[in-house]
Amino acid sequence: MFDQILQFVLTGVTVGATYALVALGFAIIYNASDVVNFSQGEFVMLGAMGSIAFSAGNGLPLWLAAICAVLLVICVGMALQRFAIAPARGASVVTTIIITIGASIFLRGVALLLWGKDIFGMPHFSGEEPIKIGEATLLPQNLWVMGGASVLVLGVHYFFNHTTNGKAVLACSCNRTAAQLVGINVSRMMLIAYGLSALLGSLAGILVAPITFTSYDAGVMLGLKGFSAAILGGFGNPMGAVAGGLLLGLIESLAAGLISSGYKDAIGFVILLLVLFFKPSGLFGKASAERV
Amino acid sequence: MSYLRGFYLLTITAAVLPLIFPDNYYVTVVGVTAALHAILAVSLNLLMGYAGQISLGHAGFFGIGAYASAILTTRYGWNPWPAILAGLGLTAVVAFTLARPILRLKGHYLAMATLGLGIIINIVLVQAGKFTGGPDGLGGIPSLSLFGWSVDSDLRWYIVIVSVLLVVVWLALNIINSRSGRALRALHGSEVAAEMMGINTTATKTGVFVLAALIASLAGSLFAYQQAFVSPDSFSFFFSIELVTMVVLGGMASTYGAIIGAIILTFLPELLVVFEDYEVMIFGAILMLMMIFLPQGLFVGLQHLLRRLTRDRRTAIDAAEAGESGRGAA
Repeated sequence: MFDQILQFVLTGVTVGATYALVALGFAIIYNASDVVNFSQGEFVMLGAMGSIAFSAGNGLPLWLAAICAVLLVICVGMALQRFAIAPARGASVVTTIIITIGASIFLRGVALLLWGKDIFGMPHFSGEEPIKIGEATLLPQNLWVMGGASVLVLGVHYFFNHTTNGKAVLACSCNRTAAQLVGINVSRMMLIAYGLSALLGSLAGILVAPITFTSYDAGVMLGLKGFSAAILGGFGNPMGAVAGGLLLGLIESLAAGLISSGYKDAIGFVILLLVLFFKPSGLFGKASAERV
Repeated sequence: MSYLRGFYLLTITAAVLPLIFPDNYYVTVVGVTAALHAILAVSLNLLMGYAGQISLGHAGFFGIGAYASAILTTRYGWNPWPAILAGLGLTAVVAFTLARPILRLKGHYLAMATLGLGIIINIVLVQAGKFTGGPDGLGGIPSLSLFGWSVDSDLRWYIVIVSVLLVVVWLALNIINSRSGRALRALHGSEVAAEMMGINTTATKTGVFVLAALIASLAGSLFAYQQAFVSPDSFSFFFSIELVTMVVLGGMASTYGAIIGAIILTFLPELLVVFEDYEVMIFGAILMLMMIFLPQGLFVGLQHLLRRLTRDRRTAIDAAEAGESGRGAA
């Protein structure tokens, strides 16, 4: 029983690490521009599909293909900001949500056109020899996902707390006008925020693709889960998003193993609803008062 | 009643269309789907456009209505009419129980909660295969009949569903122009201010949430009888998003806007079929462009545009007249 639970926890942390990266992307964009970016999941899909296309199609080694794909997705993220979000500045929350949903449909359409409906796999980074931990097993790729996600989360933390650009992005999210007044180039900071989100999403996609495979519509569910994780942790709180991601991954994995795999997504959402009912601002979110 | 002027126009258009094109695919087939979507969009617009409460799970209630009717008629041999009522009853219970905790949430948290609710309902439809038939769906649903008049042709379905749409629109217009409608709009403006004016915001929000859910459930039952087949795909998260898009695309807080949005989003994929592989991509691009350039929606946006154009012409005429009279004086 203990071994089984250990196995579920290991799986849960791996899945949760992916959710955490997607959720972090949601939080960064939301903080910078008050937009819920529903195309976050498409960044994940494009990262994975792009790498596979570059390595299989153009014969590049996997690491180089992955770098190319990440750069491409960063450009997509920045283009999204420049050509779709920036022109609609001042629009209502629902309008921006629909713009990003439109963008996600568009990106999915492009992927469908380029690669069709097939499911693609990616080679594991360092072999498929399982590692034994007690009775539970772990693939090297699981370690890649956990390690990669940890490095990225620490990197994001360092960026926002110890670099000038990071602090400037934070300043924009606190008060855009004031940031502009002290000489921060707000539109450049927006590009950085969207680029960073795209970077996180695409790397999450590349790290997890060898385990889960990928297809043109793989981003939909990941995007929803990422948003759920960000809300669970308290929307707009980057480290809350990471915690929310890990928690959601664990809940789902345990629910799938112990209760029912068919209902695992439902159980995740039920717990999310219950959290919101009792703590409407998420687990680590600040309670907000309505301004009149 | 001036606010019903558009309603009469809508009624006449809906009545005349099948007279001119009795067997046209776009009127009696796509048109019926558009009318069904319009019922849903009008109900969602009451919640979103007027009360200002976003819902990304409206398809869930549509699904409850559809499956209640489908299961009761095929597995338990119920008459379709009481099955509709049972669906409405179940929806009322679910919506009423969840309204209070859900509507306490605001903004993105509300969006997430309604989205989660819709997805949970959809997962139950897929997983409870013993009753729902699982992912394969449920077929052989009987059709409606009214005092011996069986609804068995496309044209008859057009008559039934468009009539329901007209009733729903009439209901919505009357609510909006009533005391509770003004309460809803006050709530949209500022909940605190509305409360200060003595409006029971919780009761008002709960009421409109349950009403919107009931209308969606009724639409679901009609959908099940019309299609004779239901599957969970029709009630997915994507469909909820599509409904929100209809409301926003047409123009929030405008019942006619919601209808226009529903018509556009129903016909657009039909028209885009000619682009084959590019269909999805073009659909996404159109959605983005419309929202970027007409953020208030087509109906409201075009109204503004029209008004600006006529005003520009009037000022131009005024200026010309002023110039002439000036010259005359000189």
